[in-house]
Amino acid sequence: MIRTEFLCKSFGKLDVLKDISTNIEKGEVVAIIGPSGSGKSTFLRCLNLLEVPTRGRVYIDNVDITQPQIDIKKVRQNMGMVFQHFNLFPHKTVLQNVTYGPCKVKQISKPEAEKLGLDLLTKVGLAEKANVYPSRLSGGQKQRVAIARALAMQPEVMLFDEPTSALDPEMVKEVLDVMKGLVESGMTMAIVTHEMGFAREVADRILFLETGRLVEDAPPDVFFTQPKSERACQFLEKVL
Amino acid sequence: MLRFTSALLAQTGLALDFSKIVPSIPFILQGIGVTLAFTLVSALIGFSWGTILSIFKISNIKPLKWFADFYTSIFRGTPLILQLAIIYYATPQLLGYPIPGFQAGVIAFALNSAAYSSETIRGGILAVDKGQREAAMTLGVSYPLFMWDIILPQAFKNILPALVNESIALLKDSALVSTIGAQDLMRRADIVRAEKFIYFEPYIFVGLIYYVMITGFTLVARRLELRMRKSD
Ligand SMILES: Nc1ncnc2c1ncn2[C@@H]1O[C@H](COP(=O)(O)OP(=O)(O)O)[C@@H](O)[C@H]1O
Ligand SMILES: [Mg+2]
Repeated sequence: MIRTEFLCKSFGKLDVLKDISTNIEKGEVVAIIGPSGSGKSTFLRCLNLLEVPTRGRVYIDNVDITQPQIDIKKVRQNMGMVFQHFNLFPHKTVLQNVTYGPCKVKQISKPEAEKLGLDLLTKVGLAEKANVYPSRLSGGQKQRVAIARALAMQPEVMLFDEPTSALDPEMVKEVLDVMKGLVESGMTMAIVTHEMGFAREVADRILFLETGRLVEDAPPDVFFTQPKSERACQFLEKVL
Repeated sequence: MLRFTSALLAQTGLALDFSKIVPSIPFILQGIGVTLAFTLVSALIGFSWGTILSIFKISNIKPLKWFADFYTSIFRGTPLILQLAIIYYATPQLLGYPIPGFQAGVIAFALNSAAYSSETIRGGILAVDKGQREAAMTLGVSYPLFMWDIILPQAFKNILPALVNESIALLKDSALVSTIGAQDLMRRADIVRAEKFIYFEPYIFVGLIYYVMITGFTLVARRLELRMRKSD
């Protein structure tokens, strides 16, 4: 589904990603963990070309999306993304946030998009907030709306960049629960997270990044009990 | 009220007689509509053109950026009354037909106001959270739609008070079009002065009208700003 080959990304002289090669199968859930500044966000953002890789390739369904002739807008429609700071549209209501993509990008009719939007809001438990503005929501509610907005494009993959890091502790669970629901529905997911318990519970594989290198790529049971690298040992000691 | 002021001023030795302009008051008052229409049309065209210029300024396409910067420096670096004169007196020479004063004024004011407002709008656009762009990009939204639906509404909300202030400044400066024959408040005061050979009365009268309008709008603008700050 997603494959990277020798993916490199530099910002000026700073090499943030170094030769990352991995793949994510359809239906697989991959958790990306590592110290802050190790390049997790940059890696995720290279997968939908929010950051353009300096070298290397990114294949989505065996198509190299780093090629210039690729219509990246089409590719992105198929890859939902959820951000740490939600990035909801503040001047649109909750429902308008969710229906904006389907209406304006996919050109689905408004009634149809609203039906889809309300279905999704029901799924994330926020149907009764459909007509309020995001400023009236709690952080956890905002993030659930952001998930619904991404799902409204009916993507095949969902990318999450620390979706619970900006939340008060008591709101983390409601967002993780929505994500668990997605996992159960068979969605392909790449999740950057600091929630080790969650990663261990839902992920099929853990990718451990350290200073821009993919240091470990293992199933959670292996990674959390017998990490191969010194770095991962140290990291786990700190966070567990 | 008028008579009272006149009496008062007469005592100071200034022989003002506002009763002389009473028959001309309806004629002068009609200038309010002209002045307001002139300001509104100039502001609307100016802000629209200013929006386009601001998008040029933040564009990656260098020539567009250069053009917008050059344009702004020209209109900010020369007197408005000169711009007005060039459009009213000089362009007909090129076109071969005259431009009515009102239209020439609108063109000059709109072009000039676009130069100033493009800077304000540009600031408003840059102040919109960077995350909005990423959210729109991941939905696959095209750049024009993104600008129109996501960025501009938020940018304009940010800078609404500044644009209202710019409109108020336009309203004040609109008196300049009297010099090219548009029948605005100022021009009507001039006409009354010339017909009746009275100076202070018509000028003070329109001065009062300008003052009330401008102070009123300024108050409204301040209210608006306060309310918006509260809603944030
Ligand atoms: N747009 C950018 N310009 C310059 N440096 C950046 C940019 N984005 C990220 N970086 C740098 O790249 C490194 C990795 O960042 P990031 O991928 O956000 O790490 P993580 O998500 O693992 O905390 C950091 O040192 C960060 O400062
Ligand atoms: Mg990050």
